[in-house]
Amino acid sequence: MSQSTVDVPPKGGFSFDLCKRNDMLIQKGLKAPSFLKTGTTIVGLIFKLSWFLSHCSDMVSSQLRLHRYQTGRDSRVITALTLLKKHLFSYQGHVSAALVLGGVDITGPHLHTIYPHGSTDTLPFATMGSGSLAAMSVFEAKYKEGLTRDEGIKLVAEAICSGIFNDLGSGSNVDICVITKGNKEYLRNYMEPNPRTYVSSKGYSFTKKTEVLRTKITPLMERVEITEVTGEAMEE
Amino acid sequence: MTFTIPIDNGDSVKNAEADSQRTLYPYVTGTSIVAIKYKDGVLMASDMGGSYGSTLRYKNIERMKAIGKHSLLGASGEISDFQEILRYLDELVLNDNMWDDGNSLGPKEVHNYLTRVMYNRRNKFNPLWNTLVLGGVKNGESYLGMVSMIGVSFEDNHVATGFGNHLARPILRDEWHADLSFEDGVKLLEKCMRVLLYRDRSAINKLQIAKITEEGVTVSQPYSLKTFWEFKAFNNPTAGAEGSW
Repeated sequence: MSQSTVDVPPKGGFSFDLCKRNDMLIQKGLKAPSFLKTGTTIVGLIFKLSWFLSHCSDMVSSQLRLHRYQTGRDSRVITALTLLKKHLFSYQGHVSAALVLGGVDITGPHLHTIYPHGSTDTLPFATMGSGSLAAMSVFEAKYKEGLTRDEGIKLVAEAICSGIFNDLGSGSNVDICVITKGNKEYLRNYMEPNPRTYVSSKGYSFTKKTEVLRTKITPLMERVEITEVTGEAMEE
Repeated sequence: MTFTIPIDNGDSVKNAEADSQRTLYPYVTGTSIVAIKYKDGVLMASDMGGSYGSTLRYKNIERMKAIGKHSLLGASGEISDFQEILRYLDELVLNDNMWDDGNSLGPKEVHNYLTRVMYNRRNKFNPLWNTLVLGGVKNGESYLGMVSMIGVSFEDNHVATGFGNHLARPILRDEWHADLSFEDGVKLLEKCMRVLLYRDRSAINKLQIAKITEEGVTVSQPYSLKTFWEFKAFNNPTAGAEGSW
C-alpha cells in the first residue's frame, strides 16, 4: 500500500508549533528578540466621492488578485476587510497590527479600521496608532460632510501634523495617498515639517582615504508596466 | 533538630491593616479639566460627572472650587481626596485670615502649598489620587499651574488633565494665543470640551466654566454643549458593506 502525503491546510487558530523550540532556546541562553515598537499616527478620511489613506499595508493584495481572476469582478473593500480580519483574528492579537483600510469600489468609497484582535469599524473618519488621540481631536473639531479633495487633503495633513507634534511616538514627515475611483495617487513627503536645521555646506567626508578594491555595476531591472486589456469580463 | 514554621496569619492581617491606611486605587473619579489664561485672567472648564468605575454614578459634582479671594482649584481623579484637599485649604485660608494683616494668599502660594502636600504624600506611598489645576489672578498677574498625584508641578499658559492631555492639548497648542477675549476663550474651551465629550467615555454633557479675574471668582451655572451626531456615514455605516458593522 502506498502512502500518499496530502498537504492538509492548517486548521486555523494560532500555531504554537515553535513555542517548544523557543523555550528550549531561551533555556540554552538565547535572548528573545524584543518587539520593535514604532509609534505612528495613521488617519483616514472620506471626502465627497473618495477617501484618503495616509499609511497603507498591502498584505492581502495577492489574495485579492486571485479572487479577481476567479470571480471576474473588481475587488471590493469589504473583501480585503474580511481577509485581513480573519488573518488577525486567527493570531488572537499576537500580530500587533492596527490598520486603517480604505478604498473605492463599485459600491462607493469605504473606510474601515481593523484592530489587532480582528474587530473592525466602518467610519467616515478614523485614526489609529500612538498619535491617534491627537489626530482624532483635529478630526472631531474640524470634520464636516461634503469636503472637496483639497479640503480633505488639508484636513488629513493637519491631523497627521497634530500627531507628529503632540505625540512623542510619531515624527518627521507626512505621506498622503489619495484614492479615487480607478486610480491612486501617492503624495510622498507631502509635508516635511521637520527639516534638518543645520546642514553643513561641505557635506560629509570620510575620515580616511578609502581604498577601492573592486568596482562592479549591476544595472537594476527595468519595471515592466502591465496594461490591462479592457475587454469582456469572463463568463459568469 | 528544631525548625520554626513561619506563621503567616499575623503578617497578612498587619498587611491588610497597613494597606487600608493608604490609597491603592481610585473609586469615584472625575474626568478632565481644561484651563487657559486669557486677557483678563484665567478660564477653567470641567464637566460635572463622577464615575464609579465604568458607571456614571454622580452627575452633579462641582469639581472646581474657589480658594480664598484670588484662586480657583479644579481637580480630576478621586473625589474624596479632592474633598480632603479642600479641607486642608480651608484651614490654610482660615489661618491666613486670622492674621488679619491685609495680605491674602495668592495663587502662587496655594500652588506651592499643594505641590508640597502632594509630593510628601507620594513619598509616604499614600498619594492623594488627584491631578489639580490651580488658576488665579493677584495684583494684575494671572497664574495657571498644575500638580499631579506624584508631585509633578509646573505652570503654563494652558493646561489639561486626564484625557484632556491627549485630546485637548493639541487643539490648545494650535489655537491658543495671548490676550484671548472672554468670548474667544470660552469658544476655545467649549471646542476642547466637545471633543472630550465625543471621545471620553467618562465625560457627560453638563459642564461648568469658571472665570477668575482681578475682581474675583465666578463659576457659571451648569449647561450643555450642542453636539452633532447626524453624519450621513454614521447613520448607515454599512450601506455598501452588507454583513459588516
